[in-house]
Amino acid sequence: MSKVVEVRWHGRGGQGAKTASELLAAAAFNTGKYVQGFPEYGPERMGAPIAAFTRISDEQIRIHSNIYEPNYVVVIDETLLDCVNVTAGLKEDGAIVVNTSKSPEEIKPALEGYKGRVCTIDARAISEECIGRNIPNTPMLAAIVKVSGVMSEGEFLKDMETSLQSKFADKPHVIDGNMKAVTRAVKEVNGI
Amino acid sequence: MAIRDKLSGNEAVSIAMKQINPDVVAAYPITPSTEVPQYFSTYAADGLVDTEFVAVESEHSAMSACIGAQAAGGRSMTATSAQGLALMWEMLYIASSYRLPITMAVINRALSGPINIHCDHSDSMGARDSGWIQIYSENNQEAYDNFLQAVRIGEHPDIMLPVMDCFDGFITSHKVENIELLEDDVVKKFVGKYNPPYHLMDKKNPMSMGPLSLPMYYFEAKRQQAEVMKNTTKVILEVAAEFEKLTGRKYGLFEEYKMDDAEVAIVIINSTAGTAKEVVDKLRSQGVKAGLVKIRVFRPFPVEEIAKALSKCKAVAVMDRADSLNGAGGPLFTDVTSAMYGRADGVKMINYIYGLGGRDVKVDDIEVVYNELQSIVKTGKVKEVYNYLGVREGK
Repeated sequence: MSKVVEVRWHGRGGQGAKTASELLAAAAFNTGKYVQGFPEYGPERMGAPIAAFTRISDEQIRIHSNIYEPNYVVVIDETLLDCVNVTAGLKEDGAIVVNTSKSPEEIKPALEGYKGRVCTIDARAISEECIGRNIPNTPMLAAIVKVSGVMSEGEFLKDMETSLQSKFADKPHVIDGNMKAVTRAVKEVNGI
Repeated sequence: MAIRDKLSGNEAVSIAMKQINPDVVAAYPITPSTEVPQYFSTYAADGLVDTEFVAVESEHSAMSACIGAQAAGGRSMTATSAQGLALMWEMLYIASSYRLPITMAVINRALSGPINIHCDHSDSMGARDSGWIQIYSENNQEAYDNFLQAVRIGEHPDIMLPVMDCFDGFITSHKVENIELLEDDVVKKFVGKYNPPYHLMDKKNPMSMGPLSLPMYYFEAKRQQAEVMKNTTKVILEVAAEFEKLTGRKYGLFEEYKMDDAEVAIVIINSTAGTAKEVVDKLRSQGVKAGLVKIRVFRPFPVEEIAKALSKCKAVAVMDRADSLNGAGGPLFTDVTSAMYGRADGVKMINYIYGLGGRDVKVDDIEVVYNELQSIVKTGKVKEVYNYLGVREGK
């Protein structure tokens, strides 16, 4: 099988897990990779637990199932740790990144004995301070880029700027806030 | 130069529609096909196409509007899923019997009930005898490529039949993946102008469409439809050859993956074929002679070609993402086995119903199928012909 990096996103409806899964795919696409970005569609209610997926590869990706043995897991909402087995199938040589104000050591007991790398980031604080609202998906995107190393920090920040500029041409404040958030986020991941 | 992009299947097909710039698109939204007319309506509103976009009140009306536009000599298109296709039912038969080459994207979704929005093939499989050409697509690239080819196939003067381009709901329609698009002018040139040999607005050759046809003529009309469907294969391959020259991407009636010396093989349709190819590669690395046949053209069914492709296998599993609930097997299985009868007898054939209502199909699931095939080869015995994959069974 071709070597594929697989990322599973856990969030709640409305937090932007789907968008983040596609933004990571888009950023990797722009570095020349083959990608897939897709959510698990279910009852699309605000606040309900949802999963989304990103695959990144040097070769064409043929597999079309969900991701069951991810290299990386991103948890956008800390409260999911109580109700979703977020480390299910997660490879031990991979890593998990959790949006929390706690340290990796404090989070570990909630991770069902996961032996791999545990990283945390306070994406809520970052987004509230930089964007003015709790929209944690872009700082989480920055965190997973940093943790996984699927592309360099420089490549990522440059790509984010370009894609935000094309998406929010009429809302420059959104671009500035998000750029501030991702620039801070790559520096503030704990447990690297 | 091809354009490298990343798009969902729905985006890809709506871009194909934009590049074709048809006369009429009439559609009614239904998940997961909604995005196709949604994106297209923005192209129409922004003046990027000359198309008359008709936001109709039902899928029955969508197909009726396409039929009207096409009968008047226009090029019309639509997209739908599941209940939407079901509501079009009677009009599907009208479109094909009037010989109107409408192009339709069918984004495969399970038919209710129970109500479900996810992928299976019960919608388009139910329409398999409606006289439409049916082409199936594994991923966004094939959905795009097949949509462009569908126009050429259907509008060929020897064919004049409507065509469905079917691809998996959510799995293909909503997943963002890499794709290579053709430039607008290349598409325009490939698809060409629609020159209907007959239409209702042709004052020099006045004609009637849809007249009453009692026992004196109805049978002959149907016989002619059957005949033209049979002859479609040649045109499908010609268009594919031309498309390959343009893009380097090869299409046939079906794809044979590592079939040259295959002893065990599965026959499958759409996105799960990709997942299954990964399993074939894994088995090959373990020395198992595994292969795969992915159906592209289901209507007309490539009877002789399929029988030939499978004739050297020892055991074959036909995978159906729709159940016929007939006590005999799924639609693809019954077609494949009848194709084999008298042409490739002696190959052990089994059927798996899988993935109904969007049940995810994993690599492990496909491994179960190949393991069963290997055990059939070893023992020479088929335990069960009609099987279910990945379902919870009651006591």
